[in-house]
Amino acid sequence: MPLSYVPVFVFLLLCLLIGVLVIALSTLLARRRPTPQKLMPYECGMDPIGSARRRFSVRFFVVAILFILFDIEAVFLYPWAVIFRELGLFGLVEMAVFVGILLLGLFYVWRKGALEWQ
Amino acid sequence: MEALFFYLFGGLSLISAGFVVFLRRPVHNAMALILTFFCLAGLYLLLHAEFIAVIQVLVYAGAIMVLFLFVIMLLSLEREESLQDPRGRLRRWIGGFLAVLVFLFLAPVWTLQVLPVLKGTFPPERVHEVGNTIWVARLLFTDYLLPFEVASILLLAAIVGAVFFAMRRL
Repeated sequence: MPLSYVPVFVFLLLCLLIGVLVIALSTLLARRRPTPQKLMPYECGMDPIGSARRRFSVRFFVVAILFILFDIEAVFLYPWAVIFRELGLFGLVEMAVFVGILLLGLFYVWRKGALEWQ
Repeated sequence: MEALFFYLFGGLSLISAGFVVFLRRPVHNAMALILTFFCLAGLYLLLHAEFIAVIQVLVYAGAIMVLFLFVIMLLSLEREESLQDPRGRLRRWIGGFLAVLVFLFLAPVWTLQVLPVLKGTFPPERVHEVGNTIWVARLLFTDYLLPFEVASILLLAAIVGAVFFAMRRL
């Protein structure tokens, strides 16, 4: 059965190949005439302000943690969806309890304003 | 064929794990760790553990690595010297000692031709009938219903904790 995943593997190899090819071709073929303007970090057309190695706001981290927690919730939804028909109403109720408890968490996050960028 | 893939993923995971340890820049280490996770997912696939393999990519290579990268960026490592811990030498010895212990613990495996495996309730033939994910689901939502629901409370506690500590500091 793992052999049925060979297409996935081929797909990953192709992705890798295209990525490497693009970088390799541009290093081989491109002519390099660096000017200070060309070497500047590209920042959506803006002139860069200060160094790129700045300390990130901790707010990004809170968003990332919340993302992981709700990601774990999604992980439980996969096996549930696979046998949803087998479980019937019982499965619906148990997942409703699970998601309900996490909805409380979402409500708490929302009320506390952790999703706002004040 | 399967052996080929096993050695491919195993070897690649060892090499990329080496990169995790030896590369100088933290972000490069994190990228090598992502490759390690992908190789581990490939090994799980070879063990017919499709569910774990997908979760490995989804949660570890996806979500957990986002956190790792955020921590690296939060620390704002402008100079590599800040990584050098003055107490590093002792820790290195402790780490090496533990690694040797694990190695010695695992070494006897090499002398065995066939691993002595107890036949459990889920031999491969039974799992292959419907697939790994379905069995995980069947057990999770019937026999292990309570741990499953308790997991939601654990996640809730983590959510509340994260928000509480973050909001107090800001």
